[in-house]
Amino acid sequence: MNFLISEVLNLAPGESCSGDTGSKLEILRNEKIDKPIIFIGAGTCGLGAGADKILEVTRAYLSEKNIDTEIIETGCVGLCSSEPLMDVQLPGKNRISFEKVTSDLAEEILSAVFSGNPIPENNVLGQYSAGGNEEWDGIGYIAEHPFFKPQKRLVLKNCGIRNPISIEEYIAAGGYRSYLKGLRSYSPGDICDKVEKSGLRGRGGGGFSTGRKWKFAFNVESDQKYLVCNADEGDPGAFMDRAIIEGDPHRLIEGMAIAAYAIGATKSYVYIRAEYPLALKRLEIALEQAREYGLLGKNIFDSGVDFEIKVKMGAGAFVCGEETALIHSIEGKRGMPRPRPPFPATEGLFGKPTIINNVETLANIPSIIEKGEEWFASIGTETSKGTKVFALSGKISLTGLVEIPMGTTVREVIYDIAGGIRGGKKFKAVQIGGPSGGCITEQNLDIPIDYDSLIEVGAMMGSGGMVVMDEDTCMVDVAKFFMDFIQRESCGKCIPCREGTRRMLEILEDITHKPVNGSSHHALRRFKGVTQLEKLGKVIKETSLCGLGQTAPNPVLSTLKWFRDEYEEHIFERECRAGVCTELRTFTIDVDKCTGCTVCAKKCPTGAIIGARKTPHFIVDDNCISCGTCVQVCKFDAITVN
Amino acid sequence: MNDTTEQILVKYKNADRDSLIPILQEIQEVEGWLSEKMLTSVGRHLDMPVSKVYGVATFYNQFRFQPKGRFHIQVCRGTACHVLGSATVLEEIKKHLKIDVDETTKDGLFSLEIVACIGTCGLAPVININGNFHARVTTDSLRDIIESYRVQNNN
Repeated sequence: MNFLISEVLNLAPGESCSGDTGSKLEILRNEKIDKPIIFIGAGTCGLGAGADKILEVTRAYLSEKNIDTEIIETGCVGLCSSEPLMDVQLPGKNRISFEKVTSDLAEEILSAVFSGNPIPENNVLGQYSAGGNEEWDGIGYIAEHPFFKPQKRLVLKNCGIRNPISIEEYIAAGGYRSYLKGLRSYSPGDICDKVEKSGLRGRGGGGFSTGRKWKFAFNVESDQKYLVCNADEGDPGAFMDRAIIEGDPHRLIEGMAIAAYAIGATKSYVYIRAEYPLALKRLEIALEQAREYGLLGKNIFDSGVDFEIKVKMGAGAFVCGEETALIHSIEGKRGMPRPRPPFPATEGLFGKPTIINNVETLANIPSIIEKGEEWFASIGTETSKGTKVFALSGKISLTGLVEIPMGTTVREVIYDIAGGIRGGKKFKAVQIGGPSGGCITEQNLDIPIDYDSLIEVGAMMGSGGMVVMDEDTCMVDVAKFFMDFIQRESCGKCIPCREGTRRMLEILEDITHKPVNGSSHHALRRFKGVTQLEKLGKVIKETSLCGLGQTAPNPVLSTLKWFRDEYEEHIFERECRAGVCTELRTFTIDVDKCTGCTVCAKKCPTGAIIGARKTPHFIVDDNCISCGTCVQVCKFDAITVN
Repeated sequence: MNDTTEQILVKYKNADRDSLIPILQEIQEVEGWLSEKMLTSVGRHLDMPVSKVYGVATFYNQFRFQPKGRFHIQVCRGTACHVLGSATVLEEIKKHLKIDVDETTKDGLFSLEIVACIGTCGLAPVININGNFHARVTTDSLRDIIESYRVQNNN
């Protein structure tokens, strides 16, 4: 610990170390080791896929054989569909990674490592190269793996590779030097300038220039300023913030410390979702380590700067991702937004100037200070600099987190990195930006990913969730799903959002349900509703108070723009081509197969099935609500679904 | 007066309103839910009208006003889970346990909750029972999962 504080942290960012200290650092970075190390991917996704069992097996094996070796629980490397992952590193050899590890395979790997059996050849993901170790013959490098090759990992650099709760390892790999360099060599104003010149824009959704935002707070005189890290990642379909905190919490702490110094904040909060218990735990451990090293607290490294980070747990309200709502929530109030101005940068938490940044934004800061703003600005496109982490999920071959330079096309992400659509199905659309975003269709797949191009096609960067949909997904159902989410999460303060989103949901429900009575009045209402969808959406967008309402109609408007034919099918033909909207189904009874057992008639909740005992039954379509109970109870396969 | 609530409140001596949510979270963590009595003592402790305390508590999805079952099932209703069939999973659980969302079974064994997104979209659809994640759930595997908890209770 001492030599890290007295020597290593005094080095300039990126400077290497030789001699005695250098070799100590190589050991800390696990480059030169004298006994094998087992790495197990134990992020939430890894544990969900069964990493806890692998950990159990490994611990049992080691204690049974009385072997003293280290098991490192890492965060998520990003390839969720290959979890659980288990890596082993033997002295003098490269680290080798196994995917989809089962208990049996884990034992096989362990016995290979400790009893000298040959290393299993199945389920090998690849090898890492580091520190001039000997390579494995015939095993590909992870860096060359199609999922990883096109990526540029700045924020996710350590995730899944290094021990997230070892500050020693983080420092040995060059961590916290950017912070100390900032404290010693730059004034707060310099740092704001650097970040502004780097072109970094907020990664939480809006995409506002981070440096410019900092300057607002920097220029305000106040006895107390606050920094808040928004880790209330509520977008369904996005999980990069969780992965960053679980996999590399020290990077976030370093980014926060630099940001706080730049704006002159001495106190800060991390507002983190309660649904992320593991991230919370690792963050608390990391904060404690940083305090021990004197990187947080009073008079940090004799610079006269004080800085402290507190953790606040969110309580499950999507609207708290909005800045002013988040502030209210920290203050112990209902998380409702308020009109701006005054902006939080001048009047925020407890009435003091407050800067709120997203986790990914803050995690980018250390590299900008380390490698310079020109270097950062050289990555990406004209208006969007750096990289962006995307969470890939849905009907795609490989799911997980990818970090790509801005300007990569959507097609490259889906086909080159993630291996295309699962099960050879046909691509339909990719939904970007969660409940605030929109869809990208086949014809727009070649647009470069940056803030502005996405807005041009009616989508949005959002926090970076990408949910891929194939021909079996119904777009009307997807729109309904988002609308249902938004109207539940609307805080209820302003009328357009509270009432408008509910009306939009009702209209969508009308067209995806079969009306109980097929009266012409009902049909008229259905048609009228649809013509109002667009108008209603426009009003909600223009008149809502906060970002939630202003973007709420986007999923509907975007699907309506690209998939109008599907909407029309639902309305006019009463058909769902993907077969998702089950309530539009119609049922018929095959008179040859029906034995007249009366089971379906008894079970039908609306009494829509009639017929005498031992004679074929019939369904009265007008009374049928398409619940499908009859199909489930029929023992003779006599009922067909259309 | 409830002892555990009192014990928690003692820790928050001289606390201000910004401690309200952490206090409620801590009480719920121990008790599993928030009763009227608990909310009243929190209000008294913070010198706040109980109506305000209740207003905050009901705003956030996390807080429950009904006791939790021994096994608390959270069904993820995020986008990725939805696209891969979490609605069917939810229906199946409701049917199997004969309870609705935010309800507890009569024997007090299972309670059901919807969460917006657990953040494990790569393994969708996901359910979480008492902190244990079950990935790529299907209607078939679901019954086995739930029954395995029932067995665990009987042992």
